[in-house]
Amino acid sequence: MIHFSQINKHYGQFHVLRDIDLHIKPGEVVVIIGPSGSGKSTLLRCINRLETVTSGELIVNGTKVNDKSTDINKLRRDIGMVFQHFNLYPHMTVLDNITLAPTKVGGLSKEQASEIAMKYLTKVGIPDKAKSFPSQLSGGQQQRVAIARGLAMKPKIMLFDEPTSALDPEMVGEVLDVMKSLAKEGMTMVCVTHEMGFAREVADRIVFMDQGQILEENTPAEFFDNPREERARQFLSRLNH
Amino acid sequence: MIDFTILTDHFQEYMDGFLTTIESSALALLGCLILGTIIAVFRISPIKPLRWFGTAYVEFLRNIPVLITVFLFYAGGPVLHLNLSGFASGTIGLAVYTSAFVAEAIRAGINAVPKGQMEAGRSSGLSYIQTMRYIVLPQAFKIVIPPIGNQCINLIKNSATLGAVAGLDLMYQADIINSETFDVFSTYIFVGIFYLVLTIPLSLLFSYIERRLNRAY
Ligand SMILES: Nc1ncnc2c1ncn2[C@@H]1O[C@H](COP(=O)(O)OP(=O)(O)O)[C@@H](O)[C@H]1O
Ligand SMILES: [Mg+2]
Repeated sequence: MIHFSQINKHYGQFHVLRDIDLHIKPGEVVVIIGPSGSGKSTLLRCINRLETVTSGELIVNGTKVNDKSTDINKLRRDIGMVFQHFNLYPHMTVLDNITLAPTKVGGLSKEQASEIAMKYLTKVGIPDKAKSFPSQLSGGQQQRVAIARGLAMKPKIMLFDEPTSALDPEMVGEVLDVMKSLAKEGMTMVCVTHEMGFAREVADRIVFMDQGQILEENTPAEFFDNPREERARQFLSRLNH
Repeated sequence: MIDFTILTDHFQEYMDGFLTTIESSALALLGCLILGTIIAVFRISPIKPLRWFGTAYVEFLRNIPVLITVFLFYAGGPVLHLNLSGFASGTIGLAVYTSAFVAEAIRAGINAVPKGQMEAGRSSGLSYIQTMRYIVLPQAFKIVIPPIGNQCINLIKNSATLGAVAGLDLMYQADIINSETFDVFSTYIFVGIFYLVLTIPLSLLFSYIERRLNRAY
């Protein structure tokens, strides 16, 4: 469903992604971990072309992402994205945040879109906040709205870039719970996260990155208990201290 | 000290000038908002020549006196075989001059909206234009209102330059009244009051709008 073949990306002289080969099947949950600055966000953001690549081929949902003829807005409809800092639209109510893309991009009527929005708000546990503005919600609630907003487009893929890193510790659980239930329902998910408990429990595969390279791809059990790479071992031991 | 008979004797001239000042300011305001928005779009556009043009436009106009801009249109008109009246060249000059400041205010407002807003919009499948229209510009609007308010007040004050090109405005009428009365102090005190009658309510209006917008979300 997502195929990176020999992907390279440079920022000027800086080689941020090196020879990335990564293939993700429908329904898979892939967790990307690695030290800060290793290129995790960049890799994730290539999938919906928030970043362009320098060379290599990237195919998502059967579409060549970086082809000139690709209708990027069409491709992006099927890819939801959740950001570290939520990026809710502060001038709109929760309901309007969620219905904007379904009405303007998906062509739904306001009523249809509201119905879908309420369904996903119920799913993430805060249907009572539909009329609130983002600034009136806690961080955990805002991030759950952001997930509902992504889901409202009925995407085939969901991307998460450190969705719990900006949250107070007591709110991390409520967001991870939503992500877990999403994974159980068979959503294809690519998550950058430092939540190792989540990774171990939910991921089908762990991708460990360092300095722009994928150093190890492994099952969570193997990766956490018996990492092949020395640098992965160092990274994990630093996390545990 | 202040000779009030000047006001009563010349009320008609003062009123003519006052109305002309309002008319010129209103037209120039409309013009500078339209022009300023276009130049702001140039300045953030991905097309390099447009950005260059926008930058040159803003830097040129921001760094010369408004009177020069007005003279350029007044004296430049005949060169281009356009005979602009004092009123027209003054109003156009005022609009062009102020548009540089408006463009800067709008550009700064758009840039002040966090980058993540554009990314969230685009990643949901909205086009660049749609994201601008529904997400970025409404937020920029709130940021832009206070500086636009200031520019609006500045524009009214700067409209006094019409007097220098026979623009029939308050300042022009005052110069005529002064040449009859030779009472500079009284003549121009009343001019100042007429300007205040315009600028103070406007200033209050803008702070009211600002408070309303801040309460909105
Ligand atoms: N727009 C940019 N220009 C130049 N360098 C960048 C840019 N964005 C990210 N980088 C650099 O690329 C590297 C990888 O960034 P990122 O993918 O955000 O890492 P991670 O998400 O793993 O922390 C970092 O060293 C970062 O400084
Ligand atoms: Mg990152």
